[in-house]
Amino acid sequence: VTSLARPVPGLTKPRRPKQPVLAERTLANGLRVVAVRRGGVPMVHLRLRVPFAGRRSDHLPKRLVLDATMTSGTSTHSRSELAVALQEVGAALSVSTDTDRLLVRGESLKSGLPRVLELLAELVTDAQYPKAAVVGEITRLQTQLQQRLSQPGEVAAEALRRRLYPGHPYGRDLPDPKEIADVTAGGVRKLHRRWVVPPGSLLVLVGDITPARALDQVEKALAGWSGEATKPAPAPDLPVGGDLTLVDRPGAVQSNLRLGGPGLSRSDDGYAALSLANVAFGGYFASRLTQNIREDKGYTYSPRSGLVHAATASGLVLEVDVATEVTGPALVEIAYELGRIATAPITEKELESAVNYLTGLLALQTATQAGLAGVLETLLADGLDVSWLREHPAALARATVDDVLQQSRRFLAPAGLATIVVGDASRVGDAVAALSPVVTRVSS
Amino acid sequence: VPATLNVPAMSYDVRRHRLANGLRIILAPDRSSPVVAVAVYYDVGWRSEPEGRTGFAHLFEHLMFQGSASLEKMEHVHYVMSSGGTLNGSTRLDYTNYYEVLPSNALERGLFLEADRMRSPRVTADTLANQIAVVKEEIKVNVLNQPYGGFPWLSLPPLLFETFPNSHNGYGGFEDLDSATVEDATEFFKRYYAPGNAVLAVGGDMDPDETLALIEKHFGDIPRRDTPPRPSFAEPGPTRERRDEVIDANAPTPAVALGWRVPDPIGDLADYLPFIVLADVLVRGDASRLQQRLVHDEHLVTDISAAVGLLEDAFDVRDPTILIVTAFHGSEITSDVVVAAIDEEIARLHEKGLDAGELSRIQARIAATMLTRLDFVLGRTLAMASLEQQRQDPGLVAKLPAMIGAVTADQVVAAAATLRPDRRARLDLVPGGAR
Repeated sequence: VTSLARPVPGLTKPRRPKQPVLAERTLANGLRVVAVRRGGVPMVHLRLRVPFAGRRSDHLPKRLVLDATMTSGTSTHSRSELAVALQEVGAALSVSTDTDRLLVRGESLKSGLPRVLELLAELVTDAQYPKAAVVGEITRLQTQLQQRLSQPGEVAAEALRRRLYPGHPYGRDLPDPKEIADVTAGGVRKLHRRWVVPPGSLLVLVGDITPARALDQVEKALAGWSGEATKPAPAPDLPVGGDLTLVDRPGAVQSNLRLGGPGLSRSDDGYAALSLANVAFGGYFASRLTQNIREDKGYTYSPRSGLVHAATASGLVLEVDVATEVTGPALVEIAYELGRIATAPITEKELESAVNYLTGLLALQTATQAGLAGVLETLLADGLDVSWLREHPAALARATVDDVLQQSRRFLAPAGLATIVVGDASRVGDAVAALSPVVTRVSS
Repeated sequence: VPATLNVPAMSYDVRRHRLANGLRIILAPDRSSPVVAVAVYYDVGWRSEPEGRTGFAHLFEHLMFQGSASLEKMEHVHYVMSSGGTLNGSTRLDYTNYYEVLPSNALERGLFLEADRMRSPRVTADTLANQIAVVKEEIKVNVLNQPYGGFPWLSLPPLLFETFPNSHNGYGGFEDLDSATVEDATEFFKRYYAPGNAVLAVGGDMDPDETLALIEKHFGDIPRRDTPPRPSFAEPGPTRERRDEVIDANAPTPAVALGWRVPDPIGDLADYLPFIVLADVLVRGDASRLQQRLVHDEHLVTDISAAVGLLEDAFDVRDPTILIVTAFHGSEITSDVVVAAIDEEIARLHEKGLDAGELSRIQARIAATMLTRLDFVLGRTLAMASLEQQRQDPGLVAKLPAMIGAVTADQVVAAAATLRPDRRARLDLVPGGAR
């Protein structure tokens, strides 16, 4: 740096984020409700999370039809009337499902909360799944599925799921279009009756509300919801590494590299150290992976690694999209960085940076109504207490470079990771085969 | 249910200043969370890049992260993230922005980092070559290797506009990117990155007087330079339908995009606002006109959207700009059928008017969405910076929900009457192969 260089200012004394205060009630029907006052804007955000971990092979296509049609009508309101009723109070509700849960996300002007809760109750107790709506959505889902399958990122993610969790519900997210066609309105109604039940479910409200009053409003609206508790699905086997899977995508100008393996849940003692290892390796823009293959070599735009959590399994996943012509060299650099972090400690400076980053990130994620609602929903559903928001930064601060090395060795060692390459096999096949035994699969 | 809904008014403490070198400052304190946002908007976007240099404004955004007077490559990023913050930048038609959101104890550091690169970014042949490679991979991820990539934001402007600034590819052609030089970067910086051509906004957990002193300390001695006059990019709109098709080798199913010119967002704000409401009357929620008919009743499309602006927020763009309707549909449906249904719904709207309650519920939803964005200190700070830059009115951010709420049914109907086939561009996306 030249003589014009000036010293970079240090940090001043930090202010700790305020911890949210939870008002909580479990209704007689088993629904757990949590309400938090967070002013700022006159809005309220809600998350209703319902366990939804079906094990049957037709659960996936059925749940996709269910989440697309849950708002298509009740015995008192048509789809369009529901939409009008929500918008009248400045609100919206959306339904999605994944391998573990059904999630209803909502937001409303605060004055609309009682009305939104009434409509939410209507959906969970009285969604009708009209046959015409189900048939229409099935056609739509089939076309959307075709569109998803054309996206290389979706193809790569599905191939990785299949490698990590073969035979388990976590092993797929993209059904065959024919499976979707086989879904019936009756089947969806049955699925709803069995799974959309209050025991084990969690409703989180965050916003410009009076928590005690919000709990009363929830109780009034949702007390009539009932049902028997469902059982969680068994955990999958731990993923294993091994041969590289090459998915052919003729003509692709990039290769989508995905590496994955097991991780740790947030409740595990080693979680803080593993989070730090992930960040230092590839979990933020200042990571080794970005420094190497983006800022030094220019192979890629947005390389990243991350920890992912499902109800009964946690994982570590790398996602790197590289130019077709550097697919081999990029795999070499990724293996080098994985090997390096798995065998030698990170520096104290790297550790400090990762600690500060993750601590700051948590403060940011919980700084808004919607962000806090999402974080609480995830934490509480994982069986953690809100005190985790305070304890996790402390655990990060306690972790040593040796702790980080220990977790890196367990979870970032290249030998333990499964590798997927989605790319033009005619152009990348030789380079890939030079690095690992390869199983080739023609793209669907 | 109340017949009309009062959207609560927001109010923010917003202070404006100007340094002697011309840098405009916005300070908006909010002590509710220990977080600050720092945003710098330069008044140059891809409309301003010269012919033969498509994509240069965006490439230059990347170069601003490659080191500066006091900082080596990647140090800016390291200082932000090791302080517990995150950062990014973006390039749009009319601006390039850079921002950090940080724990409030890193405020001075964030200001220093932005000042250092406003004073003197360091661009070398190595960093230029590296970032050209990175930008090309960015374009591949988002466009070339992606079904529907760049549709319609890259493919519609060449049809709807005739002049280079409005019609060219803002991501850049690879030949133009490859031929960029360090001298180009130096010239671009000199011309467009003068302090007088920028707005610095700081929002969140800070004391405005102390912050202004820190800003003076770090930015005050950046020399004043001439700021370039911003040319008018106005051009006449279509007088008959302009049609074309684009083949997308990655896409399995067709799509169609319709674009219409809308009034000047700055000069004709009163006439512009009804188009924002109109877009949502058409597509927001299951009860909206196009969702209800095309998605749910007739199953013509899988997804349909409408918005004012290409990539930017409706209040982040100057004239000329557009309202776009984009529809994705199955191969068994022709785009003519889709477009005919859209045209019928628009005609029904301006012939029969809005239904009872339709306007107020759409206004309530827009207001709620705006409030959610305002809840995040970064979203609020970015909006204030942009509104200062384009309108000299950062406080407008708090008034917009009410202004949307004041749009009348007659105005929305009049806006709908301008969405005629002869005033638009229509671009069909033809799937080139279902792999």
